[in-house]
Amino acid sequence: MKQVRTLVIRAAGTNCNNETARAFELAGAQADQAHINELIKGSKKLQDYQMLAIPGGFSYGDDLGSGKVLANQLTLKLRQQLEDFVNSGKLTIGICNGFQVIIKMGLLPALNGLYVQNATLTNNGSGKFEDRWVWMKAENNSIFTRGIRRIYLPVNHGEGKFVANAEVIRQLQKERLVKLKYCDEKGNETMQYPYNPNNSMLGIAAVTNKEGNVFGMMPHPEKFVTKYTHPRWTREELPEEGEGLKIFRNMVEYADKELV
Amino acid sequence: MWIEIKTKETSKDVRKEGLQQAINEDLCLKAEAAETSDIYVIQGSYSTKEAENIAKAMSDQIVQQFGINNQLYSKGAWVVIVRYKPQITDPVEQSILKLVEDTGLAAESATIMQKYIIKNATEEQIKAICEGLLANENTQQYGYGFETVNVKAFLTTAATAAAAEKEEELVSTIKITRASDRELERISKENTLSLTLEEMKAIQAHFKKLRREPTDAELETVAQTWSEHCKHKTFNSQMELELYDSSGKKTTETISNLFRETIVAATSNIAKRKEWKNNLVSVFKDNAGIIKFDEENCIAFKVETHNHPSALDPYGGAATGIGGVIRDVLGAGLGAKPIFSTDVFCFANPNYNEKLPKGVLHPKRTFKGVVSGVRDYGNRMGIPTINGSITFHNSYLAPLVYCGTAGIMPRWAVKKSPKPGDLIVVVGGKTGKDGLHGATFSSTELNEGLTTSVVQIGNAIEEKKMLDAILEARDRKLYNAITDCGAGGFSSAVGEMGKNLGADVELSQVPLKHGGMKPWEIWLSESQERMVVSVPEKNLQKLREICEKEGTGIAVIGSFTATKKLIVKQKSRTVAELDMGFLHNGLPKQKRKAVYREMKAKNSAQQRQKSGGNNNEILKKLLAMPSIASKEWVIRQYDHEVQANTIIKPLTGAANDGPSDASVVRPVSGSRKGIAVANGINPRYGIISPYWMAAAAIDEALRNIVATGGRISKTAILDNFCWANTDEPERLGTLVMAAKACKDFATAYGTPFISGKDSLHNEVFSDGKRIPILDTLLISAVAVIDDIENIVTMDVKKEGSSLYLIGETKNEMGGSHYSELAGLGLKEGNAPTIDAAKSKATFTAVEEAIKGKTVLACHDVSEGGIAVALAEMCFAGEIGADVELRNVPHNGDAINDTVVLFSESQTRFVAEVEKGKEAMFEDAMKKCGCSYGMIGKTKGKRLVISGSAGKIIDTNIKELKDAWQGTLKW
Repeated sequence: MKQVRTLVIRAAGTNCNNETARAFELAGAQADQAHINELIKGSKKLQDYQMLAIPGGFSYGDDLGSGKVLANQLTLKLRQQLEDFVNSGKLTIGICNGFQVIIKMGLLPALNGLYVQNATLTNNGSGKFEDRWVWMKAENNSIFTRGIRRIYLPVNHGEGKFVANAEVIRQLQKERLVKLKYCDEKGNETMQYPYNPNNSMLGIAAVTNKEGNVFGMMPHPEKFVTKYTHPRWTREELPEEGEGLKIFRNMVEYADKELV
Repeated sequence: MWIEIKTKETSKDVRKEGLQQAINEDLCLKAEAAETSDIYVIQGSYSTKEAENIAKAMSDQIVQQFGINNQLYSKGAWVVIVRYKPQITDPVEQSILKLVEDTGLAAESATIMQKYIIKNATEEQIKAICEGLLANENTQQYGYGFETVNVKAFLTTAATAAAAEKEEELVSTIKITRASDRELERISKENTLSLTLEEMKAIQAHFKKLRREPTDAELETVAQTWSEHCKHKTFNSQMELELYDSSGKKTTETISNLFRETIVAATSNIAKRKEWKNNLVSVFKDNAGIIKFDEENCIAFKVETHNHPSALDPYGGAATGIGGVIRDVLGAGLGAKPIFSTDVFCFANPNYNEKLPKGVLHPKRTFKGVVSGVRDYGNRMGIPTINGSITFHNSYLAPLVYCGTAGIMPRWAVKKSPKPGDLIVVVGGKTGKDGLHGATFSSTELNEGLTTSVVQIGNAIEEKKMLDAILEARDRKLYNAITDCGAGGFSSAVGEMGKNLGADVELSQVPLKHGGMKPWEIWLSESQERMVVSVPEKNLQKLREICEKEGTGIAVIGSFTATKKLIVKQKSRTVAELDMGFLHNGLPKQKRKAVYREMKAKNSAQQRQKSGGNNNEILKKLLAMPSIASKEWVIRQYDHEVQANTIIKPLTGAANDGPSDASVVRPVSGSRKGIAVANGINPRYGIISPYWMAAAAIDEALRNIVATGGRISKTAILDNFCWANTDEPERLGTLVMAAKACKDFATAYGTPFISGKDSLHNEVFSDGKRIPILDTLLISAVAVIDDIENIVTMDVKKEGSSLYLIGETKNEMGGSHYSELAGLGLKEGNAPTIDAAKSKATFTAVEEAIKGKTVLACHDVSEGGIAVALAEMCFAGEIGADVELRNVPHNGDAINDTVVLFSESQTRFVAEVEKGKEAMFEDAMKKCGCSYGMIGKTKGKRLVISGSAGKIIDTNIKELKDAWQGTLKW
């Protein structure tokens, strides 16, 4: 069997690239990492991969707003490659800073076509960076969230509040593009802080595009691939595998079946 | 062209809200923060269309709006603008230039300003808001006007500022060979050399022999190399100690070298023992201490202080403190990859309401600034900040900021050796005028007239790029040695690396941030984010390619030689020519006098009289004391999850909000091994006894490790001494006593020191008055955990378990939080003392009990005593307890309920033992011969404690948690 290949893109200030690559490997994929400068130079190419991940961190320091400089760079320097990649149905995931990047460059939700920004992720309602674990309710009908009903993961961000105008929100709901929503420990959707850690509209934690092959989420699935990173593994009985790994397994299984 | 970007009216402006809160709460003013925005002034010529494209790329159309070349006008309101001073490089500039360049346009430079519109304020209030909240005059400048403000006046760039300075002789000589003693002292003072007369005379004699005068660069190089910061002169000096016991009887002792006879002596002794024979890899000689982790990897650990810079600029000082210690770890051996950080601070009370000495920032502002600095730098670097503590006491108007980082490295990378012929290569950021004289500056007290050239702000992304490049180069074995450019800049880095060789340096090759720098300034600049590597010529091209890919700077600035001489040139003109032997060994050894008077233990009758108050209320007040209170507000602003290896986080328990004892990472994924980190700091005990304060700091750090499932035989420690002015014999005396305790207890416990640091001039000097800090020793502990399955956390896990108290309680209320709360004065009573043999047995007993899987939760007893420890365990686990104090083991000396509840005796633990495993647990205790007692059961949602007079505490654990969480929450 040919192994599924993932490319993890990093730039100055990306810092979750290693654990993201590790999560893909645990899920059975081969994971390579490329610096954005290598892609611009052409020494590595997107077309050699079935999956693309833009991991968390502070690309270019998040100066000018989270993800802005990298979003601009990708839009202007890799425009065609990215468009071809997305249009061919291959999978793209943006996590945390990666989500901020792809939403600001208009790769997601792309309601009016690629490279048109529909929504944004901005300063948390609390006005500060926060690290905490949150519950989310999943819409389990997407490539990425298949088989997930609820998931518990950490958020580590200062700019994770999902904001869009009423029309965009209406379309997201109508097309069922919201795939993860913050909820309380019982699974009830809520806008209450800190369950909704950033005051996101509708409690949105993750969205996908209409085609379902581009996915962005603020929480970090790659931080929970083993029970030992769960904050209460010393007091609760937990399975060895962390809940976050399921998202990577879903991607690899899909790619293995449909894209290789 | 300038672009103004602000939040759309339909969106929430969090910066405005934060400012409004601070105006109301911190300054108690009613002024209204009406609007905030950022202004980016970009030098370059652009068409209207191009300018708009740039503005679009820079702003977020969903929540922001932009304007181009708008007048800064606001009717009926004040307009304020703030920016970094021209000589300070704003890290955002690079990102703007990058963005403009990606857009296909050119830009020369960019200036970043923040604009604020403020209403309903008098001019005086505007000034107060600017100075108190918006701008730190040490690093920033501000301007304001009613309805409008002149931007143009703010556009001086670093280049124009430097060019405007008068052209002076590039290399000047300083006439010292014939100078009188008085003149020598003047020269030292005027140039911030911080050299003593004796040291100046040694330099004078050296240059007399050479028959010439030193250049400015030479004198500066010697001063940096001989600074307290680099040479630890106090610790290495010879001392005559006069010791007076509590009856006034005097004995004297000669100490030939305090550092060697205490800290090093302990480690040398322990290094021979079987536990450490093969596990101590590098101690005291490198940028960080290194111990073995597993068969393939070692761990490097270093804790630094950044006190003086943080006093002037809390944000920048703390950020560069983190940045510096990360480079220490990256520069240890051939480089270690950072895996966690730890930050410990000491501040004056955040609600300080006395008049502040001139030039001292309000403690709350210092606190917030330091936390933001650590947050922004640490989070951007992708290094989890997993441990720390904050101690509050009003002596810390000169704040203490300890930054620590540990890294992992392959075992082959632990040694470095530069070779003659290797190129001297600088990797990372450019060199500028920022941060001159850091090393010598840290040897002076803080006074009103300090210049700001010593302060700088960090650029985490510059450091991250450099770190990524260095780690790849390390793994490809492209260099023979590496060190960081810290205090003293190139002079220290090159001087230290070439110590046994020699070095030729050409300063014209150094990439500069701006023009107008004199050669000695380039040589001494402490610009951040630079490393110096020793590279064989054949590897240079490969290293260049890596740096290019990562977008970090690289330049060859010279080569190492075999001449034993340090030769620095600027376009072939000699700037400095120094003999390495003189530079490194010419420092005259100092002789000092130290005096220590043991304090008479005061009768602690007062505490006994106080017994019987409302203990519920006392416990809540204790929990709310800032030093004990929850630090969640701080902790959650730090990323402690990045790298996905943090397996015990700083917050733990049923609601993820209890205070962990130690934190643990698992740096090799899939491995059973972990690394635990903890700290101990008890400056209050030092008011009574510096010796017992130091012993307690070691004990506390180890308790935290052991309570989490670590073993003291696998624990290495670091010392960080922060003292006030040790030129005073009585102050030096307390330092000596603390160092002696370090030796005694490290040796007794078998925990070697592997690295350390001292910072010895921590006091505020203002209006002729000195405010010294408390003598403060931080002990940081790092332990290899062989099996992470043995880890326990401090939160109560189940109802119906048995609670045990391990260790002996004594009447030791001196320096305790209870004494402070009760207004008894910290000098009342005995400071906690330790019987090392008994304590070691206690540690072993707890280790064995945890290993035997009988313990569900374990917590160390520290600030606030047993009552606070029990409260924390219960509310963290959301399960109450029924406790009887009569079973608490004690020594029978003046014990009453109050003492048992609140005494801070050392080496004590509370353990929750699983129902049915009590006999097994007690076996472990008995086998080790330690004192223990079963004190109660876990049960319900209340903490009920009964003493000799019946129920003395009976309260809902939720109320206790609320009290604990309410203090530091903004």
